[in-house]
Formats: sequence, structure tokens, C-alpha cells
Amino acid sequence: MTEPLLRTEGLVKRYGGLLATDNVSIDVRPGEIHALIGPNGAGKTTLVHQLTGVVAPDSGAIHFAGRDVTRLPTHARVRLGLGRSFQITSVLREFTALENVALAVQGHAGHSFRFLADARRDEGLRGPARRLLEEVGLGERAGTLASSLSHGEQRQLEIAMALAGDPRLLLLDEPMAGMGVEESQRLIGFLRALKQKHAMLLIEHDMDAVFQLADRITVLVYGRAIASGTPDQIRANPDVRQAYLGEEMA
Amino acid sequence: MRDLVSSLLTPRGIATALILLVLAALPLLTQAFDQRYLLSIGTRIVIWSIAAVSLNMILGYGGLVSFGHAMFFGIGGYAVGILSAEGISSGWIQWPVAVLAATAWAAVIGALSLRTRGLYFIMITLAFAQLVYYVGSGLEAYGGDDGLNISRSRFPGLIDLRDKASFYWLCLALLCASLWFCGRYANSRFGLVIRGAKSNELRMTALGFPVFRYRLAAFTIAGALGGLSGVLLANEGAYISPAMMSWMKSGDLIVIVVLGGMGTLCGPLYGTIAFFVLEEALPPILNLAHKGWGEYWMIVFGPLLVLIALYARGGIDSLLGRRHD
Repeated sequence: MTEPLLRTEGLVKRYGGLLATDNVSIDVRPGEIHALIGPNGAGKTTLVHQLTGVVAPDSGAIHFAGRDVTRLPTHARVRLGLGRSFQITSVLREFTALENVALAVQGHAGHSFRFLADARRDEGLRGPARRLLEEVGLGERAGTLASSLSHGEQRQLEIAMALAGDPRLLLLDEPMAGMGVEESQRLIGFLRALKQKHAMLLIEHDMDAVFQLADRITVLVYGRAIASGTPDQIRANPDVRQAYLGEEMA
Repeated sequence: MRDLVSSLLTPRGIATALILLVLAALPLLTQAFDQRYLLSIGTRIVIWSIAAVSLNMILGYGGLVSFGHAMFFGIGGYAVGILSAEGISSGWIQWPVAVLAATAWAAVIGALSLRTRGLYFIMITLAFAQLVYYVGSGLEAYGGDDGLNISRSRFPGLIDLRDKASFYWLCLALLCASLWFCGRYANSRFGLVIRGAKSNELRMTALGFPVFRYRLAAFTIAGALGGLSGVLLANEGAYISPAMMSWMKSGDLIVIVVLGGMGTLCGPLYGTIAFFVLEEALPPILNLAHKGWGEYWMIVFGPLLVLIALYARGGIDSLLGRRHD
């Protein structure tokens, strides 16, 4: 079996008396989509924050691309190939779509202590940015301010930014949130095509999307991973049905 | 070249060109009309513009509300003043020492202040500025609260700073250089990181930018340029005093940047001119309306600033039409 790209070992995070992450060990292998599901308050966001380096776990370890990254700051993990999109749309609203992606490309193009050359005419940044925009279907909107894009388009822009620098793992935090059915379907097709190049950890509420996309699913309840397996195994798991999926599975 | 021509043929380009033309000719104009004291105001406008340009680099483009920027006036000024009082009058020594001192100090307090956000950042920069202020007023050997008369920096064979017109033109050349640099800075990779972090810091971190390092570099550059304006200010009046770095001066600098248009290239220049012109013109105008009212010019000045902040959100710069950058 191939070496996992991302692996956590017994992650624990406490907030006072609340055990937000309870001994979670998960992994994502190259070329797969691993979905993380769970009811609200299950600790998905806390887990994501530990993976991205926003908060440090109380104990346990995170390995990424063969390195222990538990204590690495966010920007260093990004440099190692951990791309992410945000649950709440997080784009640079005062910048155009193209400038947003160009900055994302710049983030992977070495240091930015360059004070004199005009970065807004730098084809080394804009060329790749334009290609990424076309890839996610936003080519026509390159010159539009991010704040003027529709919600669905902003989600697409998020993914184009996460793809800059060719990350080995994409961490997608509810990419379908607030999208219409048609937009979601298009995004599902797009993500499926992407997975050969980029492994994904997908946090998503839209069960249709999860069961269509995921190779493996881990169910998080009260901070604990209560089940992990293929979509069929998860569908058949009585604990999962009871704890979480309920009627939705029928 | 075509870009330059087309950018000059906008309201903003014409306004800026006119202002720079008038500024360049100011010594000749004040001599022709025998209004020499106007040259002194003009010199201070140019020096303050440099300081405002430097503050704009962090406040305007970076969203970092530093409420202590006048401390760099003080550091630059006191470095010159102390060296001069100790008998070292060469500008070749004074100026680099002053700018290096401001740079080093900016790096130190930036490293501490930039760990905070929002109101805390405002307060901590103010606190550092007050610290420098009280150190300055405690330096009894260098005038204490009263300040100290100094002799102007000497650049033998190159320029005589006692000649008001030469000094003015030197300041103007440095202002033009600052504006040139700021224009490049704003659209460089570095500048885009600073502006991106103003828009969404978390996003920039997730894109792989160590935001703190970039902000610290920007703060340090702004401090260096602020220090240079302090050097000029001390030479303008041949005088240093703690008053040049009081919190009110820091506040004035913020007002100037906001008034002119935050995060715009020439906003600091417009803001400084408007600020000084209002300060000089309001008292006589009010006195004209009623004798004695001139003393209360701030009653008009304050609400005027509030109105501009409310209704011209991009400052004076926004009155010149939309920007295309």
C-alpha cells in the first residue's frame, strides 16, 4: 500500500472541559478523496485548524509528506503542499479574480521581498493564474472584483487559489456550502477530475456530494472518529446510522 | 512612455503635475512676490509629505494604524541634533546615523507591536512613541523640554543647507524619490502582500505568506523614511524639541493620510497640502468674518475633517475620479 500523504496520530485538543478532538487518527493517501463528516459540533473545524496549523494539538502528531509538521506554522505547511479552501468564503474582496489567483501563485514562487518590479504585469504570475481560472471555469471573470462575483463563483475562485502551487493535498472545508444543485454537480465533476493529481480531505455537509466523491469516509461525533471506511461500509454501519446519518441514508 | 502620457492626461495626472510644478517653482515664486515666509511653510509641507508617504506605506496600504509615527521625526531629528551638539556637523555622518537609528528602532518596536492587532496595535505604537517622547524631554543635556538650537548639517562642497532655496529643493527631490519608491512598492510583489494582508490576513497566511515578516519589513522601511523626514525637519528649523514627536503630531499625520486618501500614491501629498493650507488660511479668514474668531479656527477645521471622512471616503484623491490600478 502506498505511504499516506497525511497522517495524524492520536490527536487530542481540549477547550476547558470540552474534548473537541478525542484521539483522532486518520490518513489520506495519494490519489484519494477522504471525506470527513459529522454533525455540527463534532469537532470538524477544530480538526481542520490543527491540520492547517491554526491551533496546536494538546497531544498527538501530524505527519505530512513524510515530515512531522505538528509544530510547523501554517505558511510552512502550505509551502510543503497543503492547499486549503475555507468554509466561509475567504477571498481578497478588493482584488480582481485574476489578482487573487496571481497572489496565490506568488505565494508559491519564492520570497516576495521584491520592491521595484511591477507584479501586476508579471506574466510569470499572471499566466499560471489565468490558466487556473480557466480550469475552474472562471476564465471570463478574470477582471472582475472578487466582491462582485456570485457566491458560487467565489467558491470556484477559492479552489483556483487553493490549486496554485500544485498542492499535493487539498483540504476542502465545505466547498459546496451555499451552492445550488447545478453548481454543486459541476463542482463534483471538477473535483473528481482533480483527484488524480491532488489528494483531498473533504469536509462536507452535502451527503450526495460526499457519497459521490469519497473513496473513504470518516465519521466524527463528539470529537471521536466513530467509524471509518468505504462509502458502502459507512452506509451499512449501524453506529453511524444511529449517531448521525439517520433518515438521510434511507 | 505611452503609459506615462496617458496617465498624465487624467484629472489626477494633471493635478499632480500642477502641484509638482508649483512646488518646483516655489522658491522663485516666493522670491518674486517677496513672501519668503511662504517658502518656510512650503519646506515644511514637503517634509511632512515625506513623513505622510512613509506612514501611508503601512497605514494606507497595510491597514496598520500606527499612532506613533511622529516618533520617527524625533529619532531622526534627535540623532542629528545630538551629533551636532557633540561637534559632529558633517551630514555624511549625521544623516546615515539618523536613518539607521530610525530603522533599527522601527525594527525593534515593529517586532513587538506587530504581534498585536487592531486597537492594541494603536495603543502599543502610541506607548512606544510616548516612551521616546519622554526620553527626549528627559535629555537635559540636549535641552530637555525646551529643545535645543542646532546648527544645520554640513555637506561641504555639495550643498549649503543654510540657503533656504537649496534646502527646499533638496527636500523636494527627496519627496519625489519617496513618491517614486512608494509607487513601485505599491505594485511590487512585496506591496501586494502588504495590501493582501490588509484585505484578509488569514487568507494570505493560507496562501503561504509569513505575513508578520512582510509587515515587519514594511514597518521598518516606513520607519527609515520617517527618520529621514525627521532629519529634514531638524534642519529646517535648526532646532529639535520633544514637541516634534508629541502624540498630536502622530495624530496629525494620520489625519493627513486619511484626508488625502489612504493607500493612494499621491494622497499623502494632497493631504499635507490641504492640512497646512487650512491651518494657515482658516484663522485669517475667520478673523475677516469677525475679529478674534481666528483663534477658534479648529472649531471649523475639526468638523471639516469629519465631513471629508464621512463623505469622501477615499479622501481628496477620490475627488479626482476613479483610479485605474
